[in-house]
Amino acid sequence: MTTIEETTPVPSPRDAGADGGPLLDVRDLHVEFHTREGVVKAVNGVNYSVAAGETLAVLGESGSGKSVTAQAIMGILDMPPGKIPQGEIRFRGQDMLAMSAEERRKIRGSRIAMIFQDALSSLNPVLTVGYQLGEMFRVHQGMSKKDAKAKAIELMDRVKIPAAAARVNDYPHQFSGGMRQRIMIAMALALEPELIIADEPTTALDVTVQAQVMDLLAELQREFNMGLILITHDLGVVADVADKIAVMYAGRIVEQAPVHELYKRPAHPYTRGLLDSIPRLDQKGQELYAIKGLPPNLLRVPSGCAFNPRCPKAQDICTTEIPRLFPVTEQDGTPVTGRTSACHFWKETIHG
Amino acid sequence: MGRYVARRLLQMIPVFIGTTLLIFLMVYALPGDPVRGLFGDKGASPAVLRSLRHEYGLDKPVLVQYWDYMRGMILHFDFGTQVASGRPVTDILGDAFPVTLRLAGMAFVFEAVLGIVLGIISGMRAGKAVDTVILVVTLLLISIPIFVLGYIFQTVFAFKLNLLDPSVSDATDYSQLLMPAIVLASVSLAYVARLTRTSVAENLRADYMRTAIAKGLPRRRVVGVHLMRNSLIPVVTFLGTDLGALMGGAIVTEGIFNIHGVGGTIYQAIIRREGTTLVGLVTILVLVYLFCSLIVDLLYAVLDPRIRYA
Amino acid sequence: MPELTKSADEATKAAAGAAAGATLPEPKPEKTRSLWGDAWQDLRTNWVFVVSAVLILLLLVMAAWPGLFTGADPNDKDLANHYLQHPHYGNVFSADWLGYDAQGRSVYARAIYGTRASLLVGAGTTVVVVLFGGLVGMLAGYFGGWIDAVLSRVTDMFMGIPFLLGAMVALNSFTERSIPVVIGALAFLGWTQTARVMRGSVITVKSTDYVQAAKALGAGTRRILFRHVLPNAVAPVIVVATISLGIYIGAEATLSFLGLGLNGVSWGNDISDGGNSIRVAQFIMLYPSIMLSITVLAFIMLGEAVRNALDPKTR
Repeated sequence: MTTIEETTPVPSPRDAGADGGPLLDVRDLHVEFHTREGVVKAVNGVNYSVAAGETLAVLGESGSGKSVTAQAIMGILDMPPGKIPQGEIRFRGQDMLAMSAEERRKIRGSRIAMIFQDALSSLNPVLTVGYQLGEMFRVHQGMSKKDAKAKAIELMDRVKIPAAAARVNDYPHQFSGGMRQRIMIAMALALEPELIIADEPTTALDVTVQAQVMDLLAELQREFNMGLILITHDLGVVADVADKIAVMYAGRIVEQAPVHELYKRPAHPYTRGLLDSIPRLDQKGQELYAIKGLPPNLLRVPSGCAFNPRCPKAQDICTTEIPRLFPVTEQDGTPVTGRTSACHFWKETIHG
Repeated sequence: MGRYVARRLLQMIPVFIGTTLLIFLMVYALPGDPVRGLFGDKGASPAVLRSLRHEYGLDKPVLVQYWDYMRGMILHFDFGTQVASGRPVTDILGDAFPVTLRLAGMAFVFEAVLGIVLGIISGMRAGKAVDTVILVVTLLLISIPIFVLGYIFQTVFAFKLNLLDPSVSDATDYSQLLMPAIVLASVSLAYVARLTRTSVAENLRADYMRTAIAKGLPRRRVVGVHLMRNSLIPVVTFLGTDLGALMGGAIVTEGIFNIHGVGGTIYQAIIRREGTTLVGLVTILVLVYLFCSLIVDLLYAVLDPRIRYA
Repeated sequence: MPELTKSADEATKAAAGAAAGATLPEPKPEKTRSLWGDAWQDLRTNWVFVVSAVLILLLLVMAAWPGLFTGADPNDKDLANHYLQHPHYGNVFSADWLGYDAQGRSVYARAIYGTRASLLVGAGTTVVVVLFGGLVGMLAGYFGGWIDAVLSRVTDMFMGIPFLLGAMVALNSFTERSIPVVIGALAFLGWTQTARVMRGSVITVKSTDYVQAAKALGAGTRRILFRHVLPNAVAPVIVVATISLGIYIGAEATLSFLGLGLNGVSWGNDISDGGNSIRVAQFIMLYPSIMLSITVLAFIMLGEAVRNALDPKTR
């Protein structure tokens, strides 16, 4: 990330986008699903922002609301049963939730694009990859079928698919997992969007292929100076590419920090637990730490801090009062830029 | 692709032999006598019966009869002779087949067009009022036996409203075939609608649909290209195999509306126990069925690239 | 900061009650339910299931004890009661409730007494078809290879003959068409669908981890088949069987309509008879038709409700 010219490696929350504000600014976003069993509150007041050229990693277990937030930003939530009762999603200063469906559609794909986890099921099985890539140009730029196919080959070259011209008429199932994910990336990149949301882009891949795909993604991001939201549950992936991290739990952000800060000294017991559960070579032979308990049922989120039933540091206040996002300071009270923690005992966690 | 077709054709050979043999055995091995049937209740002298049996080769063992029959059919395109009239079965079919083909063809168009349209509407609005209405109506169509439905149509549209003729006098007149075709199509139509609904509703939740929306494609493209291309695969498959079933199902419809087609001919052949006629007719239906299922397999391979090279 | 210490103080001072409260929010462990248990939970509240189940129960009672519903004899003929001579609506639940047919028999009594034949044919055919087709499908699906190739081709052979046609040919050879004969004729070609469904289902189950695990642990073929594969593969077969039961009842009536059905009291025969007087007295055909359609509908609805309950995807 050090090769970025305009942005600093450790961005401040007010990091400048192209027009002064951040590229994307999510404010107090709530998402709920109305099901037969009741109302599932999947996202409960999320705030985050991404600047051009910046990478925000959103970390969390499944059910933490990280993917739902991304889908709300993309405008691909199923509504109903999904509902956004509250919040703003500002893209270049404009609230996308207030836009018409047609305006949002024009943004999707061309200005904000998304990469999905499982490329095999996310690509249409009965259409050739060339068709699916070319569709972007045909729909958004009115390009002819022939030109679109030429562009598709160009894109496939760009994401380093060997023999692109020969494989453009192949179907998704004829590619390997890594190649398929490259096609997903190519599709997202097609119209050089300003923001890319990558939802667990490497989870379904082999470890060796994971690194290749992440490198490719990082390289292309640098080239186009795109904002990137990287959704993952894998702390290992995050360390290399992200500028800042938002940790989500039960639909809320519990901690936000520049990437190296977070690894060095977490300010939330949940983050600490996640870090402690990474296997490390220097602890060989010792029992691996694991966060006890299960992620909460979103139909019955525990009162107070949602993490309290699993938290080793929980006190009575944790069961009664929902902690707000406290700005994190050094021991002497000087603020640490870009750091917040939603723990009543953040101080003890970070400094104790 | 060529190998796929070749393999399917090879697989069809034992099925064809087996099915025709089965029909042959059913007609000849079950109690009852095709020659005795010629003479009604009066019966005939044993000598006459014996000579007739010999003439038709009925005194030989069943497997030999089958062998002779198949040889005649394949070498000389000879499907046998109708016992009652002495005419070749191919002649009789030449009269009856076009009629049933017209009827089944019309029914097929109804079934495909109406079934798919209703299914798409229902699947896209799964859980809504329209969906419930379509589900209930199709359920009723499946539950009411086709001959009851035929009577209901006859009573309502012919006897009460005087809109249509109760029976068909000229089988080349498409307007007369309209009502029988709708009746014949009804059950299949309901199946097509339900199958389309399930398929559409399932594919609506597929990951690639989410991708298509995330690509910023207009709704008509998301639905028209991405959803339909996938959802209609099982429907097309069903429609293919159903064309043969429609021709078989025409027995009842042709009976109610007095249409002289394959169904009526088969019915007469069964009642009169005319073995050769029956075997000839059914063999042709089996051929139609096998041909349809081959077409379906090929269509399937064309529509779904995942099977093509399997 | 001050508020933090304060609440911590409060916490320490708090009584045991608060401590107990602290353990409360622990999410109650979800009771793990089996596929069928889950389906049953879903079915109990599904009106389609409840309505069809109640209807089927009622029909079963009707088939077992028709005398409970009518005192009239379905075979009593009295031409004085011919529909042209007798007003055809009478007292509720009495012999003349729904009028008399062309032979002066009580339409109501015949509609009630017809239930038994239809249900017996439907249920009998289903049992034969499930046992035979299920066995063929299970063997083909589980063993694969040449066994599958042979069994699948044999299935194809039987499938090549139109269902109704085959039943007609078979029944035409019998002059005395009793219930077992009709069952045999329907099952003769009917088993193919069950075999196909079972085969597909077994193939899916066969490759699951728990079957592989049982194999790896050295369980015998019979044990794997009956303890692991069959219970997990049988659900789609049950669904298809329930729906087919309705279809067989309809098919039996259609055969009666063609003059090749059961001897004796049956809805199909009555509808067929009623068809002869359809221009002047539609009601004779109407009531057995309604009974027949309701019965078929009930089984199809039951099958679909079970299918939806077993497969949450279709919700």
